[in-house]
Amino acid sequence: MAKKPKDTVSRTLGVALALCVVCSVVVSAAAVMLRPAQITNQSLDIKSNILAASGMLEPGMGAEAIEDRFQEFEVRLVDLETGEYVNPDAVGVSDIMKYDQYRAASNPEISINLPTKEDMAGIKRRAKVAKIYILRENDELKRVVLPIHGYGLWSTLYGFMSLEGDANTIEGIGFYDHAETPGLGGEVDNPRWKSQWQGKELYDEGSDEPQIRLVKGGVSSDAQDKEHKIDALSGATLTSRGVEKLVNYWMGERGFAPYLNKLRQGDA
Amino acid sequence: MAETSAKQVLFEPVFNNNPIALQILGICSALAVTTSLSVTLVMCASVIAVTAFSNLAVSLVRMQIPNSIRIIVQMTIIASLVIVVDQVLKAYAYEISKQLSVFVGLIITNCIVMGRAEGFAMNNGPWLSFLDGIGNGLGYSVLLLIVAFCRELIGAGSLMGYTLMPLVNEGGWYVPNGLLLLPPSAFFIIGLLIWGLRAWKPEQVEAPDYKMSRHKVKEAF
Repeated sequence: MAKKPKDTVSRTLGVALALCVVCSVVVSAAAVMLRPAQITNQSLDIKSNILAASGMLEPGMGAEAIEDRFQEFEVRLVDLETGEYVNPDAVGVSDIMKYDQYRAASNPEISINLPTKEDMAGIKRRAKVAKIYILRENDELKRVVLPIHGYGLWSTLYGFMSLEGDANTIEGIGFYDHAETPGLGGEVDNPRWKSQWQGKELYDEGSDEPQIRLVKGGVSSDAQDKEHKIDALSGATLTSRGVEKLVNYWMGERGFAPYLNKLRQGDA
Repeated sequence: MAETSAKQVLFEPVFNNNPIALQILGICSALAVTTSLSVTLVMCASVIAVTAFSNLAVSLVRMQIPNSIRIIVQMTIIASLVIVVDQVLKAYAYEISKQLSVFVGLIITNCIVMGRAEGFAMNNGPWLSFLDGIGNGLGYSVLLLIVAFCRELIGAGSLMGYTLMPLVNEGGWYVPNGLLLLPPSAFFIIGLLIWGLRAWKPEQVEAPDYKMSRHKVKEAF
């Protein structure tokens, strides 16, 4: 083997340098050229999740149809503490669509630390401001879609909950990102399981305390409080408990309850 | 001569020298990405692309690579290719790339890619190396596809996302075997496949590492 000329120090450095230059050009070219397509994909993904949670996503809908449907929604930012709408510049973004609630949760200026006692959903920190989606028909509130997330058994579940115009009746729920056990906790994605959320009610009359319970053994038609009860997932006690807690956290006073209250009274 | 060897290089790894079944390489991703057939197909295509092009690139520059840094040079080439593949998937197959998540990135650590670059491409011409990469990628794919076929059919009652056996909890009759969706099941299937392959081609059976000697000492009657 012609080993001598290959292994000098200068040659080694030269080859390493040339390789690095070539590889970095290739990688950055790929990244830059494909970036627009990737951004489109990501925003389309979130939009289709929102549509799916509110039951507006039909199978086989193309990218344009999804964009069209999504245009019907009004996107707003809500301060969770007060339940008031805020402007995008309050969270340091120019365009409302650029605000990422989950990224904001790691920015100390626009998020809060949750003490263990209050942290039912197991999320440790949350952004002060949430991005929500409102659908109005003839100036009347038809549905509002709220982002929810919390810890299950293995993973944080991220999803959306869609409420009807009374800001109390659930229209649908959907999780778009989780890593629960397939076949057990992973059944949160099962359309049949998700369909029983429809028509359930978050609150008792005059109360701001969400009452959702995931119960074992099914919910019979004469069960007490059946408007708050959902059949838990078989073989997935901890995932079910996680879902119950995260829903009650996000719909509770530390979550969207102040805002929903305003919405019910027609102030928002 | 050149033609037969090209053919050999391409098809030898599929059954006779399968990287998973004979060399037992690349098991990690075989466990992780085989829960559904469509995801597995994309993973296989990515691995074939990376092995083929990394072999090609390494073979092209093999005369220039100083011996002392050859592994890191191969690694850099492979890593760059993997990033490019990952970016392409995110742009054109977003849904599937979300499911593959970190496992595309982990192709970098897939022993098959590195093993072929070091073991074959460093000593052979670009065209043969390219074919060798495709061949080994195919060998990996064949096994993965069989595993994914079993896992998705038995574990979820469907293939490529199309329901073949309607599940009980969706109103059908099939009670799925949830174990098949968990990683250990891939071990069972790969084990059975290796058993089957070696029963078919006994020359793949390795010589035993040691032999039990006869029991000579008489113990109490």
